[in-house]
Amino acid sequence: MAKFSEDTYDLALRLIKRYPEGKQKSALIPILHLAQAEFGGWLSAEVMDYVASILNIKPIEVYEVASFYSMFNLKPVGKCLIEVCRTAPCWLKGSEDIIQYIEKKLSIKDGETTKDGMFTLKTVECLGSCGTAPMMQCGHKYYENLTTDSVDEIISSLKEQNQAQVYVSNDFFREN
Amino acid sequence: MGRKVLLEHDHIEGINTYEVYRRMGGYRSVEKAIKTMSPDEVVEEVKKSGLRGRGGAGFPTGMKWSFLAKPAGVARYLVCNADESEPGTFKDRYLMEKNPHILVEGMITASFALGANTSYIYIRGEYFYLVKILERAIAEAYAAGFLGKNILGSGYDLDLYVHPGAGAYICGEETALLESLEGKRGNPRMKPPFPAIAGLYACPTVVNNVETIAAVVPIVNLGGEEYAKIGIGRSTGTKLISAGGNIKKPGVYEIEMGISVEDFIYSDEYCGGIENDLELKACVPGGSSVPILPKDLLLKTAAGETRLMSYESLSDGGFATGSMLGSGGFFVYDQRACIVRSTWNFSRFYHHESCGQCSPCREGTGWMEKILHRIENGHGKMHDIDLLVDVASKIEGNTICPLGDAAAWPVAAAIRHFREEFEYHIKYPEKVKDPKHFHKTPFRGLKNVYA
Repeated sequence: MAKFSEDTYDLALRLIKRYPEGKQKSALIPILHLAQAEFGGWLSAEVMDYVASILNIKPIEVYEVASFYSMFNLKPVGKCLIEVCRTAPCWLKGSEDIIQYIEKKLSIKDGETTKDGMFTLKTVECLGSCGTAPMMQCGHKYYENLTTDSVDEIISSLKEQNQAQVYVSNDFFREN
Repeated sequence: MGRKVLLEHDHIEGINTYEVYRRMGGYRSVEKAIKTMSPDEVVEEVKKSGLRGRGGAGFPTGMKWSFLAKPAGVARYLVCNADESEPGTFKDRYLMEKNPHILVEGMITASFALGANTSYIYIRGEYFYLVKILERAIAEAYAAGFLGKNILGSGYDLDLYVHPGAGAYICGEETALLESLEGKRGNPRMKPPFPAIAGLYACPTVVNNVETIAAVVPIVNLGGEEYAKIGIGRSTGTKLISAGGNIKKPGVYEIEMGISVEDFIYSDEYCGGIENDLELKACVPGGSSVPILPKDLLLKTAAGETRLMSYESLSDGGFATGSMLGSGGFFVYDQRACIVRSTWNFSRFYHHESCGQCSPCREGTGWMEKILHRIENGHGKMHDIDLLVDVASKIEGNTICPLGDAAAWPVAAAIRHFREEFEYHIKYPEKVKDPKHFHKTPFRGLKNVYA
């Protein structure tokens, strides 16, 4: 059975208190983010059921939300989920070349994971980086003004770190 | 140099900290409002300022506030829309990253005006690093006594929270945002009832864009009438423009509304001209949802007047020959850009982002993407162009929320202004095989093509 660390569980309870009594379901998306960060970068049915139990809602209420939002992964992904923006402002600045370059470099296509489980490539829609295009996101970090050289550097450095890149850490939230 | 009221201090080191922000005059609007004004007086100043919603619709903010229902004993909410997802737009991100306290300050002053005791900043999940920045700013404001119980000894209480989304363009639509904030799928609600009557948890709610909320700070500090002197006509104040695409100096610029589009693109103070000194081909002036304009109609209106950066001037001529200021997501295409490929790209975006609730949008966006894909890749037929216009016209106005319109408009506008380019793709499929087909030889009209 999936279970949050003590720290994360406390944070989840604090987040629930941000909403009026009886409206604890509002904390669902923030808590799903915490769960995804803690349980390997994706949301299994077991993890979603656990989140439902914390919020005292039905599992289906979690599934229908998790399947709606593009940041929630319902299948395993690599340690580093590389999300490259493909929308027009990035396209104007060469995102197609960047995507092709990464596909070739990692020998994977959009949506696939490298054999060693290190990288998953995903093309995504506008991430609000149109003035610093082309760009990609990995975890909570934005990598902007990409060139093939900078992509090389980023990928080697991610390999070297060999750490799961997550959207959120518990310390992003203040203690209240 | 134009006047700046939002990015005035963004170059000052440490402006993201409470200490420096306060030293530069931060949180004065809270003191002024809470100590010397009634909530209604604050609303009155916002009305006088002429401020219009900066998220894209341009609806007068003071009027939106005055619609808020105030039944006794029912909570009211202010929700800041920081879901910024409109392609081409990155101004809110810039503002929150550089100067998070101006948003926190605006939230406090606006919440006081509306009588909200709990307020939320709904921010797109991809901006998680900004959640950290905002959370810190909010903690500092609590510590300084500007948030929490009995603010400045006035008896007014306010709690402010950041709430992350999880990747859904549709959550920028205010009722979808409220659904999402309630922990549900981001499906827009039928209106009426409007959020002002039944919004978050069915309570009266105001939803405002980041820039709109931030603008409340200078409005209260200067007074509504003084703020209204900035800008032109009914486009009062300053506007943050996210400039991107093929220009020399992309970035976020605060402009006084009323400067000319030509100045904005070519002056060194702003975009600095077209990258590599190529020719300007077209521009989307207000985020991906607004009609694209070819160079001629961008710089001058159909009547031959200079086109200005204002709500009125950019929409002059309606959709036949004009566009919209929208969210200020301004991106520029040089001569090498293919309008068909760009339009296909947008259709793919709207298809991906349609929530799926309304059939015309769910199905229509998919069909537009498919048809545009085949035209762009040299498999189109001449009747596909009219088919696209037909599909677009059947989405527009037939959906619960404006995403359908936003998907239809760019397609209709691209065909309206660049029909020959679509015809070229169909007539000369072998010439568009290379994805960068206009890089070597820009398209200059069908009569210039020798097959």
